[in-house]
Amino acid sequence: MSLAHETVASLRRRLAKKEIKSREIVTDLLKEIDAREKTIHAYTHIDRETALKAADEADLSRPLGGVPIALKDNLNANGDPCTCSSKILEGYKAPYDATAVARLRQAGAVFLGRTNMDEFAMGSSTENSALGVTRNPWDSSRIPGGSSGGSAAAVAGRIALAALGSDTGGSIRQPAALCGCVGLKPTYGRISRYGLVAFASSLDQVGPLTRTVEDSALLLSSLAGHDPRDNTTDSRSAESFLAKPTHSVKGLKVGLPKEYFIPGMDAETEQAVRAAADWFQKNGAEIKEVSLPLTPSAIAVYYILATAEASANLARFDGVRYGRRAADPKDVLDLYQRTREEGFGPEVKRRIILGTFVLSAGYTDAYYRKAQKVRGLIRQDFEKAFQGCDLLLTPTSPEPAFKLGERTQDPLKMYLADVFTISVNLAGTCGISLPCGFTKSNLPIGLQLIGPRFGEEKMLQAAHAYEQSHDFWRRMPPI
Amino acid sequence: MSTNGKWEAVIGLEVHCQVRTATKMFCGCANQYGDAPNTHVCPVCLGLPGSLPVPNEEAIRKTILTGLMLGCQIAPVARFDRKNYFYPDMPKNYQISQYEDPLCAGGSVGLDLFQFPKELQESDEAQARRKIRLVRIHLEEDVAKSFHFEERSGIDFNRAGTPLMEIVTEADLRTPGEAFAFLGSLRQILWAGGVSDADMEKGQLRCDVNISIRPVGEAKFGTKVELKNLNSISGVRRALVYEIARQIDVREKGGSLVQETRRWDDNAGATFTMRTKEQAHDYRYFPDPDLLPVRTDRGLQAAAQTSVPELPSEMQERLIRDFGVTAYQASVLTADRVLCGYYEKAAAATKNKAAVANWILNDFLSTQPDPATTPVKPEYFAELADLVTAGKINSAQGKKVFAELVTNPASPHEIVKKLGLEQISDTGALATMCDEAIAANPRSVEDYKAGKMNAINALKGFVMKKSQGKANPVQIDEILKQKLGG
Repeated sequence: MSLAHETVASLRRRLAKKEIKSREIVTDLLKEIDAREKTIHAYTHIDRETALKAADEADLSRPLGGVPIALKDNLNANGDPCTCSSKILEGYKAPYDATAVARLRQAGAVFLGRTNMDEFAMGSSTENSALGVTRNPWDSSRIPGGSSGGSAAAVAGRIALAALGSDTGGSIRQPAALCGCVGLKPTYGRISRYGLVAFASSLDQVGPLTRTVEDSALLLSSLAGHDPRDNTTDSRSAESFLAKPTHSVKGLKVGLPKEYFIPGMDAETEQAVRAAADWFQKNGAEIKEVSLPLTPSAIAVYYILATAEASANLARFDGVRYGRRAADPKDVLDLYQRTREEGFGPEVKRRIILGTFVLSAGYTDAYYRKAQKVRGLIRQDFEKAFQGCDLLLTPTSPEPAFKLGERTQDPLKMYLADVFTISVNLAGTCGISLPCGFTKSNLPIGLQLIGPRFGEEKMLQAAHAYEQSHDFWRRMPPI
Repeated sequence: MSTNGKWEAVIGLEVHCQVRTATKMFCGCANQYGDAPNTHVCPVCLGLPGSLPVPNEEAIRKTILTGLMLGCQIAPVARFDRKNYFYPDMPKNYQISQYEDPLCAGGSVGLDLFQFPKELQESDEAQARRKIRLVRIHLEEDVAKSFHFEERSGIDFNRAGTPLMEIVTEADLRTPGEAFAFLGSLRQILWAGGVSDADMEKGQLRCDVNISIRPVGEAKFGTKVELKNLNSISGVRRALVYEIARQIDVREKGGSLVQETRRWDDNAGATFTMRTKEQAHDYRYFPDPDLLPVRTDRGLQAAAQTSVPELPSEMQERLIRDFGVTAYQASVLTADRVLCGYYEKAAAATKNKAAVANWILNDFLSTQPDPATTPVKPEYFAELADLVTAGKINSAQGKKVFAELVTNPASPHEIVKKLGLEQISDTGALATMCDEAIAANPRSVEDYKAGKMNAINALKGFVMKKSQGKANPVQIDEILKQKLGG
């Protein structure tokens, strides 16, 4: 069996026993990439020689020693391209490592390639990439989800063992659900954002996409912890997650928020998620209905606050210091206008305009400040719910992967793809998506577990227990 | 400065002051002036994708210290906000500043008499010693510096990210002289606290001015004009003189003023329109989500409190009261803390504290010494002052001792011995010399007895010459007068 089909944990055990070499893992992955990358197009850059060399030099005594990991193209890795799948950063080479990347490097990981994404992480389908679309490995006419679509498709398509993504409104969890792999968004402040190209500073988090919950915990253990370069990271030092799996959900109080099970939702999704809830109950967990009353406001709040922050975060892309610059500008204003007009895609422009508007004089109170207040209330919704529950259980996505091109003309409809993930970012708590079933047409369905702030351990334990009692994680796309 | 008596100028200042810290406001780059361009830069102060700011505690502490020195209220929780606008000297095209929750609010700066231009120090406006109220002090990051060459422009990011304090006054100033004095007084305080070198030529202190005029007696403010590109304290004064006259001229001719920003051109000696209100920026301020709120009540304010120095005004009062120096001398001493320390050491060693001040400030200072390293010990001046007061040497001899003191530093007692300068005060010896003088200058004696009082000077001169300058001039004056019966 190709080493590319195994998990990080099992490969680490074999590497430690000197059964295999890191170079063999990379070589097997490259074989899979040669076979399927042309169809999937998960990667924006692949550096074979550097990966093989790093594999040979890997320190196998480290927690992730010798393990190849893919990076979403918005994470700075020293000396490598960092395009954020945007024309405005074509040719840009990162002059430093993001903290998350540095920590994986320190843990002995090997970097194989950079994955495709919606431009500047703005999107739910990876169709907003300036470097071409990525296809869902389960059905190449369908989207992989977004914005970490490349990372999810690579992991699911067995052309990456594990990958890093970023999640601002669901961009790790939703593509994980649509591609049938595991995607974790940690608590805000758990993993450093230093070196992650910012979309929305108060919402962004780096997180792993993996085949199993165990792999996810392994990566989280190396990534998490306070960073003096990121003022928003928590002072809690790193933890070792899932060190002792309990395989048990006995006594766990699991809440089902009623606003996440709405009439008219996709029937197969609802069925699979309710079946998961039943499993929890049968295995000793207490299922209760809870309410997150402000759920209907979440999308509006998100698209006001995230775009406001993005309008400032993306102002730096102006052709003055780095990246693409418009040719022969006649003055500074021309330089700015043409560089950004030519360099940004339509969705990015849409969000910058929206974000600028909600902050502008005369509107900022009605939009930006109002949204901040509602965000505070959404956070309180979650805090109240967690007073009576250990975890919340919901679908990750309202429906399985839709067809490429289906929503590109309707941005608002596209925004609704994040309805179940977005509140978790607004509240700053942790969430994980893992496979809980398949549709009749063999499309993955994702289950989301949500934990309170810094509640990753309990969440991972429950996810792991559920996952290992089912075979969903073993199923491979038709490749 | 003439306002015809009909008009009143209403002036407010916005002062930007670079804070002296080891590193920049939001990154670890050195906070240093004068090095080759773009040698103190990093992903953060260049605004590279993915970089994040982390606040500089020293800068926050020094801003709080400034607030304490100026009598401000220190906010228990302060926040950073993003001020959004595009410009090539802006690495992120937003500046991290403070909007709604600045570190300091209120406070005031007293106008130091000696910080007024010399020719105004006798005037009512200087003597009034007004207190100028502040609105707020906040902390932000400085922008990069642009250079314009023939065919290109360059940007040096060494300055980008330097911590900058913005000090905003109420519209309390009324004259260009007061604005001049305000900046000098503020600078003294900043120096006292070690907060900033505040050198306008190095861009460490920058000043924008808001100026309007109104008929005397009217409470309503007139149309406000903002002045920019003021590069020196005297430039501020020149610009205000010009602008006030311009505004009066417009109004008296029946015209109305436009609310605008005008650029001062020091060469042309005039202000020119830069931009009008309609073109003003909407900064779209919002709290910076990358930075946690700053809690000053968890040790930062306490730490700053321990560094509050004696303020220049307090120090001046103390020097006048306890040392008997003049107000002018007090101002010279407070402007130079090292010199003041030197003086206080000297003054501690003698009762003649005012005399010591004269020696140090009038005589010693003109030799341009470095009080920190000079081999002339401060105690020497105490000795010198004591010698003259006790009459052991006269003041002319004192000057000789001083000259030797600064050339070959040694204790004045030793110098007096070395130069053989002990003043002769023995009345017997002096009487003998006076007799000789009278005998040798019959003409002067006659003139004196005839009523020409100055004729005694020739006799005194004879005695001084005979005694090689060592005679006590007061005594020989008495003895001569007695003998001449005058």
